[in-house]
Amino acid sequence: MKTSLSWLRDYVELPSSLTTEQLDAALTDLGLEVESIVDQAATIKGDLVVGRVLTIEELTGFKKPIRFCTVDVGRDLPQEIVCGARNFVEGDLVVVILPGGELPGGFKIGARKTYGRNSNGMICSARELGLGDDHDGIVVLPAGVAEPGVDARPVVGLDDVLVEVEITPDRGYQMSLRGMARELSYAFSAAYTDPARIDAPGATAEVPYPVTVEDTVGCDRFAARVVRGIDPKATSPDWMKRRLTTAGIRTISLPVDITNYLMLELGQPMHVFDLDRLNGDLVVRRARPGEKLTTLDGVARVLDAEDMVICDDTGPISLAAVMGGETSEWQPETVDVLLEAAHWDPVMVGRTARRHKLFSEAAKRWERGVDPRIALAALERAVQMLTAHAGGTVDERVLDIDHVTDPSVILLDPALPAQRIGLPYPVDQVVDLLGQVGCRVAGSTPLEVTPPSWRPDLLAPIDLVEEVARLGGYNDIPSVLPPARGGQGATAAQRRRRTVGRAMAENGYVEVLSYPFVAPGTADQLGYPADDPRRSAVRLSNPLSEEEPLLRTSLLPPLLATIKRNLGRGKRDLALFETGTVFLPRLVTTAPPMLGVDRRPTDEEWAAANAIVPDQPWHLAVALAGEVEPSGWWGAGRPAGWADAIEAARIALAAAGIDHARVTVAAAEQAPWHPGRCAAISVDGTVIGYAGELHPAVVSALELPKRTCAMEISLDAIPAAPVVQARRISSFPPALIDVALVLDRNVPAASVEAALTEGAGQLLETVALFDVYESDQLGEGRKSLAYKLTFRAPDRTLTSDEALAARDAAVAVAASRFGATLRGA
Amino acid sequence: MSYRNDPYDPKQAALLAPEALEAAVAEARAAFDAASDLDALGALKPAHLGDRSPVSLARREIGSLPPAAKSDAGKRVNLARQSIQGAFDSRQEELEIERAARVLVEERVDVTLPWNRRPRGARHPLTTLMEHMSDLFAGMGYDIVEGPELDLEWANFDALNIGPDNPVRGSMDTFYVDLPGLVMRTHTSPGQVRTMLTRQPPIYVVSPGRVYRSDELDATHSPVFHQIEGLVVDEGITMAHLRGTLDHFAKAMFGPDARTRWRPHYFPFTEPSGEFDVWFAQHRDGPRWVEWGGCGMVNPRVLVACGIDPDRYSGFAFGMGVDRTLMFRNGVRDMRDFVEGDVRFTMNFGMEV
Repeated sequence: MKTSLSWLRDYVELPSSLTTEQLDAALTDLGLEVESIVDQAATIKGDLVVGRVLTIEELTGFKKPIRFCTVDVGRDLPQEIVCGARNFVEGDLVVVILPGGELPGGFKIGARKTYGRNSNGMICSARELGLGDDHDGIVVLPAGVAEPGVDARPVVGLDDVLVEVEITPDRGYQMSLRGMARELSYAFSAAYTDPARIDAPGATAEVPYPVTVEDTVGCDRFAARVVRGIDPKATSPDWMKRRLTTAGIRTISLPVDITNYLMLELGQPMHVFDLDRLNGDLVVRRARPGEKLTTLDGVARVLDAEDMVICDDTGPISLAAVMGGETSEWQPETVDVLLEAAHWDPVMVGRTARRHKLFSEAAKRWERGVDPRIALAALERAVQMLTAHAGGTVDERVLDIDHVTDPSVILLDPALPAQRIGLPYPVDQVVDLLGQVGCRVAGSTPLEVTPPSWRPDLLAPIDLVEEVARLGGYNDIPSVLPPARGGQGATAAQRRRRTVGRAMAENGYVEVLSYPFVAPGTADQLGYPADDPRRSAVRLSNPLSEEEPLLRTSLLPPLLATIKRNLGRGKRDLALFETGTVFLPRLVTTAPPMLGVDRRPTDEEWAAANAIVPDQPWHLAVALAGEVEPSGWWGAGRPAGWADAIEAARIALAAAGIDHARVTVAAAEQAPWHPGRCAAISVDGTVIGYAGELHPAVVSALELPKRTCAMEISLDAIPAAPVVQARRISSFPPALIDVALVLDRNVPAASVEAALTEGAGQLLETVALFDVYESDQLGEGRKSLAYKLTFRAPDRTLTSDEALAARDAAVAVAASRFGATLRGA
Repeated sequence: MSYRNDPYDPKQAALLAPEALEAAVAEARAAFDAASDLDALGALKPAHLGDRSPVSLARREIGSLPPAAKSDAGKRVNLARQSIQGAFDSRQEELEIERAARVLVEERVDVTLPWNRRPRGARHPLTTLMEHMSDLFAGMGYDIVEGPELDLEWANFDALNIGPDNPVRGSMDTFYVDLPGLVMRTHTSPGQVRTMLTRQPPIYVVSPGRVYRSDELDATHSPVFHQIEGLVVDEGITMAHLRGTLDHFAKAMFGPDARTRWRPHYFPFTEPSGEFDVWFAQHRDGPRWVEWGGCGMVNPRVLVACGIDPDRYSGFAFGMGVDRTLMFRNGVRDMRDFVEGDVRFTMNFGMEV
């Protein structure tokens, strides 16, 4: 909502000394969000004066015609000014900014030499003054409007304060001068004149034009008046044009300008029909499905059964409350007009506006709520203004089909404001504040509050509490911490995400938070099999990018894209991680049951609704490229490899409190990983994810660096960390024994270690693999695994016989299970 | 040759003469002092303390002395030997100290050499800030609740008094999906609805998380961003409690000079509603009021939809953008930095914000 302070002052007696800061603070405290307050007088600095053009000399020989003028600006000597405009003659009054001044936008004016002449200042156009878009020529003032040398600001209307505020969707009444002025009257305890409180004739027995309202839900009021014989050439007065322009509304014609002006003043949108273009009685009804109407913007619209229309014998002639139609609209030659002021169902208008994407100024007001009691006042104002400027004869008959219901009385416990606000509000203050906003208050306990007709938002006691708090002043409310309650702190799952995140970061991974949007082709690029469940993704109906309409079923695609982005910016060694949710649709895709809002859904309804919500488990993923240990002065670095990706899973599981003995790493074949370099990660035998080097085809399809590695596990699939039991620490010395086993190269090291652990029994403290090698001496397809076994007893120093026996038992299990032999044995 | 039977021969016992012993001591001391290192000192030891050293030879001659002279001579030799040994030991100690000092000098390294062989990573500042905020509220007795990012339209809108025809619903730039009844949550409030549906007051919760609006990415907008919302439902909760909580939050985030002011506003799920600004003294462009979030008293309709008695309980709710908070608190100039995953941006924050 844009308007000017001078217009507001028509209805509210604001202090004459009001500063823009005071106005800003008052509007803000009332809940009107101030977009801007511009003191026009301050937009132009320095001397802006009226000048009279004394002489004009046409300069030739330049690319465009240029004039050298002398201008009387009330000084001793005329001012010499070079000007490119041609729309003025000698003797005209113009607007001159003198050297040292500054136009809007920081345009500083000085004395300078141009086109071979001195130019001391500038003759201004409307655009240069910030008065509009007119830049076809300079501003020529009406003759005799002022003497040369006087301040030109008041002469051109640059003496006002422009106000732009954002209105919240519940307060339609603020979208008018009437409403804004009323609000300001509270803030400054200033006298207020309601522009709608005028004597307006009521409905007459005879109507000026026959109208039938078929749907009184969609239209609970329809009023109209007729004026005949207006002067079609009459134009809107300058003050009206200026106010409309200030409000950002284009001036069109006197009748249309008057309806727009009154919409701004009163908040009542109106419509003007050309009486002579109406064919037969008017009918207000719902549109019939498929009916068509070409609206004023030239768009042929197919109407919906919910839209309200005004029809004549030819069919719909206006999309009610939103936009008029072409066939009935005012024309430049219109002499007889029918002025309509109605009241429409806000829900209907909102739906129609959204359906047709027509958010007109009228629709915005209807949707937020228009006072249903001002139609006759608006018509009376319109008739008066029209005849005052265009003559014509007013038809004495008044149409008013009124089905408006009065606002319901709200019963308010007078103690409720204090109970909810936390600040004492005596009853008389509550009554007073509610009275200020226009409520009628009767009774005592409870108070019987009747909201005014312009406040359809006041429906419940709590709405009245807000008005008390608002006018009482939000910033007077004290600051008190509520008493502490026993809380549980972070949940186990939240703590785990945090610990895992820290562990990843401490181990060299940088966290990223990617968008979860992926392209449909990604599944193929990643080599998912045709029946891979990860191909089943939720699709956005209105994605920002048509190329990425799917929600991720794996964290990897966006994470790998982030690897590429970093590479593109010159970072080659990358270790990234992300924790986030993936979206896994369920088999049920029916609509959820309808849940009301007048009661809690039953447990059954709630469960049924949740059955369609896709599963959204938290995952952890890493991606690695380049060197994981950089080269430096100490020597060569180490490239990231499959083992780092697998270790990332172990790091995460350790951080999640899962003992390594419960973790299994096994060779696996899973897209998008390299089939020979992919591990399935399991906890207690359940696979929770995969890690390793990416498949070369995937690396190629995604244009990633060769041997890019990745890991992805489901954090939600990790069992809860147990309460850790303390381990008994032996203070007796350990016995260390190395064993080197020779066995088939395909036996996984993890299995050998498991066999040794199993065979060694209770005395084994740790087993560590310290050497892996293959050679001709070992034989074709054989490898050697060398382990350091640490034995220790809790209660004694082990004898070497005991340690050797344990070692032999360990080797025996490996031997029987895998045919392993002791090297050198 | 057997000395024992030899008659006393003073000449033969010259080595025992006090002068001779003094000379041996002086000679040894001079030699030891001249030794420049421990090896040289060690090499001198046999000549002055060994079997063939003057004091050792002198000791042998004691036997040739008459019994009366033996005791005296023995003392003399011992004293001389102790002197030489003392001289040796003290020189050795000196040289050992010198050597230790020299080793320390020789082992000097350039401690400024870099050693980033195992680079650290970093956590995303939005994650860290959300944890920071959550911890603050956990300390005040709040629980931290979450909900799905793709949630029921009912929980995201209807239950929050944002009916199908509420203009707010149309202005929220919602992402819809190909499954009926579901939306990408436009705020973390559906998580609060879920909380109210599953537990009775007193409810003290915050819900941090990701939310979605179909805004194009630019310096100040992102279709995916983060919020933290608080919800309290209890007996006797007032706007003053809301204000106290926001003030406390502001001070924890922005320092002891922070304070809040609020302005009436409209949210369907709260009544009265407000937006609040925080006085941020450390703003990079100078101290100023900064818009921080929205808040209000939970609308009784929301309580009814969630099965809570609005006559017995009242509550407040508030919410603010985590990204926005990080932008002005930590001077982030461009929202794209949050989403692009450039490691240089994130590394700068390390493990804390």
